[in-house]
Amino acid sequence: MAMFEGLAEKLQNTLKKLRGKGKVTEADVAEAMREVRMALLAADVNLKVVKDFVARVKERAIGQDVLESLTPGQQVVKVVHDELIQLMGGTTSKLNMSSKPPTVVMLVGLQGAGKTTTVAKLGLYLRKQGRRPLLVACDVYRPAAVKQLQVLGNQLDLPVFSMGTGVSPVDIARGATEYAVAQGRDVILLDTAGRLHINEELMDELKSIKSTVKPHEIMLVVDAMTGQDAVNVADSFHKQLGLDGVVLTKLDGDARGGAALSVKAVTGCPIKFAGMGEKPDALEPFHPDRLASRILGMGDVLSLIEKAQSTFDAKMAKEMEQKLRKSDFNFEDFLFQVQQMQKMGPLDQLVGMLPGMGKMKALKDVQFDEKEIKHVEAIILSMTPEERQNPQILKDSRKRRIAKGSGTSVQQVNNLIKTYEQTRKMFKQFADMRGKGPGKGPGGKGKGMFKLPFMK
Amino acid sequence: MTGFFNRLKEGLTRTRQNLVDKVEALVTGRTKIDDELYDELEEALISADVGAETSIELVERLRRKVKEQKISDPSLLQGLLQEEIAAILGGEAIPVNLGNQPTVILIVGVNGVGKTTTIAKLAHRWKQEGRKVLLAAGDTFRAAAIDQLEIWGQRVGVEVIRHQEGADPSAVAFDAVQAAKSRESDVLIIDTAGRLHNKSHLMNELSKINRVLDRAMPGAPHETLLVLDATTGQNALSQARIFGEAVGLTGLVLTKLDGTAKGGVILAIHSELQTPVKFIGIGEKMDDLRDFDPGEFAKALFGKEE
Ligand SMILES: Nc1nc2c(ncn2[C@@H]2O[C@H](COP(=O)(O)OP(=O)(O)OP(=O)(O)O)[C@@H](O)[C@H]2O)c(=O)[nH]1
Ligand SMILES: [Mg+2]
Repeated sequence: MAMFEGLAEKLQNTLKKLRGKGKVTEADVAEAMREVRMALLAADVNLKVVKDFVARVKERAIGQDVLESLTPGQQVVKVVHDELIQLMGGTTSKLNMSSKPPTVVMLVGLQGAGKTTTVAKLGLYLRKQGRRPLLVACDVYRPAAVKQLQVLGNQLDLPVFSMGTGVSPVDIARGATEYAVAQGRDVILLDTAGRLHINEELMDELKSIKSTVKPHEIMLVVDAMTGQDAVNVADSFHKQLGLDGVVLTKLDGDARGGAALSVKAVTGCPIKFAGMGEKPDALEPFHPDRLASRILGMGDVLSLIEKAQSTFDAKMAKEMEQKLRKSDFNFEDFLFQVQQMQKMGPLDQLVGMLPGMGKMKALKDVQFDEKEIKHVEAIILSMTPEERQNPQILKDSRKRRIAKGSGTSVQQVNNLIKTYEQTRKMFKQFADMRGKGPGKGPGGKGKGMFKLPFMK
Repeated sequence: MTGFFNRLKEGLTRTRQNLVDKVEALVTGRTKIDDELYDELEEALISADVGAETSIELVERLRRKVKEQKISDPSLLQGLLQEEIAAILGGEAIPVNLGNQPTVILIVGVNGVGKTTTIAKLAHRWKQEGRKVLLAAGDTFRAAAIDQLEIWGQRVGVEVIRHQEGADPSAVAFDAVQAAKSRESDVLIIDTAGRLHNKSHLMNELSKINRVLDRAMPGAPHETLLVLDATTGQNALSQARIFGEAVGLTGLVLTKLDGTAKGGVILAIHSELQTPVKFIGIGEKMDDLRDFDPGEFAKALFGKEE
């Protein structure tokens, strides 16, 4: 699973041997840069972008006394991380708003990138900011694309402007502007059909929409799973239309998202939003720092930490780790974990932030929804302290009593015990993973591929 | 047939021609085989989404071969590398086995890769061959997904089994098998909602469809095809692995090869999982489907970007 090993760990290994060697040679640096290159390529950053990037990092690594420090591996990662954030630019999730409404926003991109869903999400997002958006169905080509937008608009109670599929998208866009003025809608979101950047006829169509309704913001919608071709696509759309921003979709998947870097590098446009799921509220402002960690295979550690910060204290974390190592993780700990996880958001999403976790079998069945968590709490609270601490004593009669006390069934109690076992195993696996690798030791700082918040 | 060939050209010639150009540019003007040439080949592969590791390994193999066979003519490298790639991809295209009555085909993949369109293309092809085709609208989740398949069904001229939006997709699948049996269909193709492979509950839903199909007709589905977008990078490997674990894949469909992306990641998929590519998509129309040709694909990987 070399692909999922964090760059940090790899560099650590490569550069470890340099320590105490006195002088770091060109060859050593080259070796470290090779690792950086491989990590970025595995994350789908475009080869040309990688080359420039590595050259810059190399310069910085040599320029400073990075490689002479005690932890050259971590230093290099830091330089790489910093440079990545730099390259992706600061945070901005603002759309160019016109002082004279309606503001026209046009979404463009390849087929299947997620434009229609993003239009709906943006509509919701803008309404929450007090705007009055109008969704416009300009995709007259893909079967049922108009219907798709109408259904979404209906669900969200947002107006959708459409003229069917017999009218040219240019006329629809024009009609929508007039309609918006008449209806007092202040933002128009144009959903255009997906198209290839090399399809001249369809690219010309976008140009005419542009010259007709003069959008204040043209956003390219890019699938986070896109590979090397992202530069060609972005470059071509940018040259032909002049982009203002980028939306990166499907970031709730396990792709590293290197395409973002490619797109930013060739267009210079800020990535403004990230699509994090199929639901209409799954649109977030884009965080360059998080994506940098993700590209480097360090997991979305920052997001995890941020989410966990308010709920965990260091001492508790230490205790939990001890328990895991000794494997005496009991129901009380389990309840605590479940409650923490609940505060941090859906486990699915949490786990998705960790690199390589899609493969972990144990996780597949560990899932909670809100109702279930209530049951979990009720069941565990119906156990005696002794039962909570020694789950193995839970025999049938006790289970029956617990089920009764918690208003659940014996089957639910059994299910919980099963889930608890799986969770225990899973945490054990995490702990083991962290324990592996060089430089471990009692109380040693974890530098494994990821940490759970309680494993500080 | 001229229309057919023209479109084939439109779709594929660009990549093929570019490939020839690029490799020729690589080898002409060189009198000897040097590291620079190997590096350029490696970079061409990486740029085609073959993946750094696989690319490096391929070029290593090429080096060994050149040494073993004492090759000194740089212009031979192109052919050698292509042979190597075609060999990894299995040499011959493997057709879909349509021997069952009905043959049940399940189509899966992440969001937006081209599942529904591919179903329309497959239905069109098999109908043209004189088979009786039935479709099942198993995407009950995405807004208007059912309507999308129905429109395709009308265009192609085949029937579609559907439930309401929000219905259980396994129930749709079950009913569709019953319908296919009673109508004596030759092929039943089942659409599913796009899903990201790291969402375990959605993958479980697919496994359930699989189980229900087997109950409705032992041995079904006879083919489970994962649709991959050629624009996808290294994540496609993860998709193939995890969809494979959940439902067991018999083949891949690589779509959107009419763009500038090359889909090189299928090389890694093929070497790790041995899942063959069965079809490619080269456009949005119902006749934009081709059998996969490993030789052609290997050549096209080196196509130059415009
Ligand atoms: N250029 C090109 N576009 C394609 C190809 N195959 C599909 N598409 C387009 O890709 C877009 C998405 O296709 P769909 O068939 O709806 O994809 P899907 O996988 O069913 O999508 P979901 O059900 O939403 O997950 C549509 O605009 C199709 O026309 C292809 O081979 N080439
Ligand atoms: Mg579909």
